[in-house]
Amino acid sequence: MNRSIEELRAELTAVCRAVGRPIQIMEVCGTHTVSIFRNGLRPLLPENLRLVSGPGCPVCVTAQRHIDAALELAARPGVLIATYGDMMRVPGRQGSLERQRAAGAQVRVVNSARTAFELARDNPAQQVVFLAVGFETTAPATVATVLAAERHRLENFSVLMCHKLVVPAMAALLDAGDVPLDGFLAPGHVSVIIGAAAYRPIAERYRRPVVVAGFEPDSILRGLVALVRQIASGRAAVENAYPAVVRDEGNRVALDLLERVCAVADVPWRALGVIPRSGLEFRPAYRRFDALERFGVALGEDADHPACQCGAVITGRLLPTDCAAFGRACTPLTPIGPCMVSSEGTCAAWYKYGRERAERGT
Amino acid sequence: MTHGPPVHMLHDHIVLAHGGGGELMGRLIREHILPRIGNPWLASLTDAAVLPWEGGDLVLTTDSYVVTPLEFPGGDIGRLAVAGTVNDLAVMGARPVALSLGLILEEGLPLAVLDRVLDSVAATAREAGVTVVTGDTKVIERRMAGGDAAAQMFINTAGVGQRRAGLDLDLIRITPGDAVLVTGPLAEHGLAIMSVRAGLEFDSTLRSDVAPLNGLLDAVFEAAGAGVRFVRDATRGGVAGVLADIADGCGRSVEIEERAIPLSPAARHAAEMLGLDPLAVANEGKCVLVVAAADAERVLAVCRGHPLGRDAALVGRVTASQPPLVELRTRVGGRRIVQRPYGEDLPRIC
Repeated sequence: MNRSIEELRAELTAVCRAVGRPIQIMEVCGTHTVSIFRNGLRPLLPENLRLVSGPGCPVCVTAQRHIDAALELAARPGVLIATYGDMMRVPGRQGSLERQRAAGAQVRVVNSARTAFELARDNPAQQVVFLAVGFETTAPATVATVLAAERHRLENFSVLMCHKLVVPAMAALLDAGDVPLDGFLAPGHVSVIIGAAAYRPIAERYRRPVVVAGFEPDSILRGLVALVRQIASGRAAVENAYPAVVRDEGNRVALDLLERVCAVADVPWRALGVIPRSGLEFRPAYRRFDALERFGVALGEDADHPACQCGAVITGRLLPTDCAAFGRACTPLTPIGPCMVSSEGTCAAWYKYGRERAERGT
Repeated sequence: MTHGPPVHMLHDHIVLAHGGGGELMGRLIREHILPRIGNPWLASLTDAAVLPWEGGDLVLTTDSYVVTPLEFPGGDIGRLAVAGTVNDLAVMGARPVALSLGLILEEGLPLAVLDRVLDSVAATAREAGVTVVTGDTKVIERRMAGGDAAAQMFINTAGVGQRRAGLDLDLIRITPGDAVLVTGPLAEHGLAIMSVRAGLEFDSTLRSDVAPLNGLLDAVFEAAGAGVRFVRDATRGGVAGVLADIADGCGRSVEIEERAIPLSPAARHAAEMLGLDPLAVANEGKCVLVVAAADAERVLAVCRGHPLGRDAALVGRVTASQPPLVELRTRVGGRRIVQRPYGEDLPRIC
């Protein structure tokens, strides 16, 4: 197991050579994207192996209409928005949460759903709305918080529910068929919750290998070796290259919590439109915690910036550097789309770690 | 002179009248400030301090401190306000001589907090061998009515220093082959602040590294003054910001080794959890030195002989590669560009 980086690289090069054609693998999750850049792995990869980023940055996939709803809620008197830091600069139709805070709105950056709950508990006169974005990694914490609010009979805590599910998005990409993909590198942290077995439909129905990997460079390389081995031998199976942390069946307690409070729903994704059964909504018994319902806010239409190509980036159709706005009109200081805002965003990673050296594989 | 009960018996908190220029303000100065940081200059309560000067180059700097929370693991706003300004003088090759202390207090600030901050100003000034010779106090209205936000205070310090002879600190002297050093483990101030900031609290053993660096730099300049090309404290923007300034300023590239960068396990974990690059996180007691190759080992040894430089490390070299970039060789043998941070990094979601 303890093969060195050098050995893993050599092995990856050998199996890629054996395949003998261009291989395209999607790293689904933003955490993988960032780790690959931060560790400088891209230049170490074999010539014919190309990595594309997938729809796995929670901020990037949040639909414009949800951002606009958050901005509308933040403008309501007596409402405090509690949000993960990445969401602060995402531009909506009018401004961003960061700008609204500067203009006097109550917006707080929190590091956990629990902190949002505590804000509500400690400030009974304030309506606290938690902006709940993310995949199965963060959804159980949101749901646990809702149950805590129910236990404490908090009347001033609600959630703008934007949680999404990873596997339906992967399936939607394959259904669309725009991007040739030979396999998926699946994220360790989401897989802790959903379990490696959750990816079976991708392997069985779509005949694409899926390998679950951790975020350390050796773990990523091991995952890639496992993927390319499958590709070389024409197999398509789910493989768990992170068995110390990820189990086949996932985390039953977390999944039961989700099941109790939420139902699977058709939800909008940025640029991907509404994907059937790809997100979460409150079950009727918990709908009183739904911020949209509590404040009578309706989700509008998405109106993405015309120059923004984030949709093409998060579906692997474009590399950030293919976008005319990248690094010119769109920078971390003046983001046009969310991929340039989030620390997990593909464009932000490319800008931060690779802008001035031509990237191989472009 | 009126002899009444001490201020704290009248008020436990700052009120607007403390800034009114009247008796209450006089007592604040006499009973809280002078006993803590008094000296003949300050005690004279004149409008300005008169300092002896021996000629040579005068170095002047100013900085404002607005950190929240006011007290954090490893330090407080008072220590920060003294060390920050002392360090700005020290990295310019100056021996700090005197500081001014401007206090802006929000009404409602507990006097106990003010007293602790002033004690800390005094202790840090003693540590740095610098005197607070003049000051000012203002009180402003509470901006956040009630709520959960604690009353704030702000500090401005200006500092004067005398430049050491025999130094030539200038970016344009940097040449390929020069060594790049940092004086100790990185990112501890920024991460310690984040670990206690409302909404982000996480358990951590991290403590701010805030400290006056003039003693350490004195030792370095004494040992190898002529070989030191450039020094900067790696505050906001972290080491990444300083290295970008170096590359931009001298037109050379800098190559650093991830493996050589000193980082505590606690800082590594906290940065990872928050999705931050430790190179871009603020320090308040660390600086980057660019040193002629021939002097690198000597400077490193001098740093390591000082308590504030025990874990100093040679992290990279200046190279002739064009265009001028800062490049990091990662632990796994990859390479990536280190960008100038583009503003305050926001902690990430997962």
